[in-house]
Amino acid sequence: MTTTAGPRVPRGHYGFTHVTRMEWIKLRSLRSTWWTLAITVAGTISIGVAVGINTRNASGDLTNNALAGVVPGLLLAGVLGILTMTSEYTSGMIRATLAAIPRRPLVLAAKAAAFGAVTLAVGEAASFISFFAGGATLRHGITAPTLSQPGVLRAVVLSGAGFCLIGLLGLGLGAIIRHSAAATAVLVVGVYVAAQFIGAIAHGAAAYMPILIVGNSLTTTRPECVRTAGAQCVHFLSAWAGLGVLCLYAAVALAIGGWLLSRRDA
Amino acid sequence: MIEARDLTKRYGPTVAVDALSFDVRPGSVTGFLGPNGSGKSTTMRLILGLDRPDAGQVRVAGRRYRELRWPLREVGALLEAKAFHPGRSARSHLATLAASNAIPQSRVDEVLGLVGLAGAARRRAGKFSLGMAQRLGVAAALLGDPGVLLLDEPVNGLDPEGIRWIRDLLTSLAAQGRTVFVSSHLISEMALTAERLVVIGQGRLLAETTVAELSAGAASLEDAFFRLTSGAVEYRPTTRRTS
Repeated sequence: MTTTAGPRVPRGHYGFTHVTRMEWIKLRSLRSTWWTLAITVAGTISIGVAVGINTRNASGDLTNNALAGVVPGLLLAGVLGILTMTSEYTSGMIRATLAAIPRRPLVLAAKAAAFGAVTLAVGEAASFISFFAGGATLRHGITAPTLSQPGVLRAVVLSGAGFCLIGLLGLGLGAIIRHSAAATAVLVVGVYVAAQFIGAIAHGAAAYMPILIVGNSLTTTRPECVRTAGAQCVHFLSAWAGLGVLCLYAAVALAIGGWLLSRRDA
Repeated sequence: MIEARDLTKRYGPTVAVDALSFDVRPGSVTGFLGPNGSGKSTTMRLILGLDRPDAGQVRVAGRRYRELRWPLREVGALLEAKAFHPGRSARSHLATLAASNAIPQSRVDEVLGLVGLAGAARRRAGKFSLGMAQRLGVAAALLGDPGVLLLDEPVNGLDPEGIRWIRDLLTSLAAQGRTVFVSSHLISEMALTAERLVVIGQGRLLAETTVAELSAGAASLEDAFFRLTSGAVEYRPTTRRTS
């Protein structure tokens, strides 16, 4: 085969670590990433503190109260996941990315690794700070929960993981839909709004709604039987089962996104 | 070396590129000419594996693009002026691309200096003028010091000084033995820059020739181009001036 003149190309091949480094620099070099993450953490903690100040019932799940900001905070993690993917299409950067790394599934895998690591770290920070801040602001002679009590450490750690998993679900949706506004609408409707409807209509399915998994399986020390309007009892998933189902959702969204990314013209 | 064989790409009922075959050889600047909508940009995307051809194939540096080991070190491309995130600095943009192909970060500052953006390296690229964005695109193409260069309308938005700079840059890159493939609809510019030409119209090959050969039988390269593409112009005013 004809070889081109010009400089020699070094041995070896680009791989996952190179692509992950690229994706990490992409995340790091945008001010909007840090703003969004800062607001996510601040919002999560503020809600935990507000609930802590207003808690009067010492017999409730105080850990769950302190983590009350996790469910609203997740929305920002999900939107950041979407934008991490869709902003490449909006700006045209996707063509520079895919010209640098033609093996497309590798690009999405590396994005998931870099973004997942960042949101996991930030999510754990938000979750732990919320737990301690929410506990510290308890009044009315209520004693704050400690990490050594049954289920407490698990609830705090898994809540942090929730940010990462909803973020990855957003990343997958971004790869599937490619438009920021449309993908955000799907995330909000699918994760937040639909959960309310399905929760009211089909009690059996409610336990599998992402947001109800976070709210009732991950952030609690003991998944409870919650009586809804129909006075029926919704049996929520155990914390670990809930975590598994969320992982599955994120994995399915990323798998479909990766498959479409490989098939479609860029 | 770029080798296209029977490349075909359809978008719905429209045939954008129609059984296109040509070779682009190292050592000279090859101009890629054609009227608006003739399929130049689509062909460029097919070469880079961004779009998938419906038939045929194209090889760059002896392989299909997808099979390149270090794509940016083998092929450098400028496809559109603003293929970067507007919130990222010029330096960070190039740093992401360098990381992906294990190109040393020192090379980032080197190419920024080469295209005259050293002073604007830390500014948000979204604030750049079209001319500066083109220079950033050229910097990205040169980043991996590749043996093959593809540039789609590189002189768009450049001032006269910038146009001359691109012209000198491309001819010197070709003189080093690299393959340089440049699309343009500015025939006068191609007459000054290119030695060889690939001319297409309505996605089909009209000529694979040299500038000297094509302009030999006509008053100018422009006249020769109009004669060649007269039957293959996609967009033309409906009321024609009599000539």
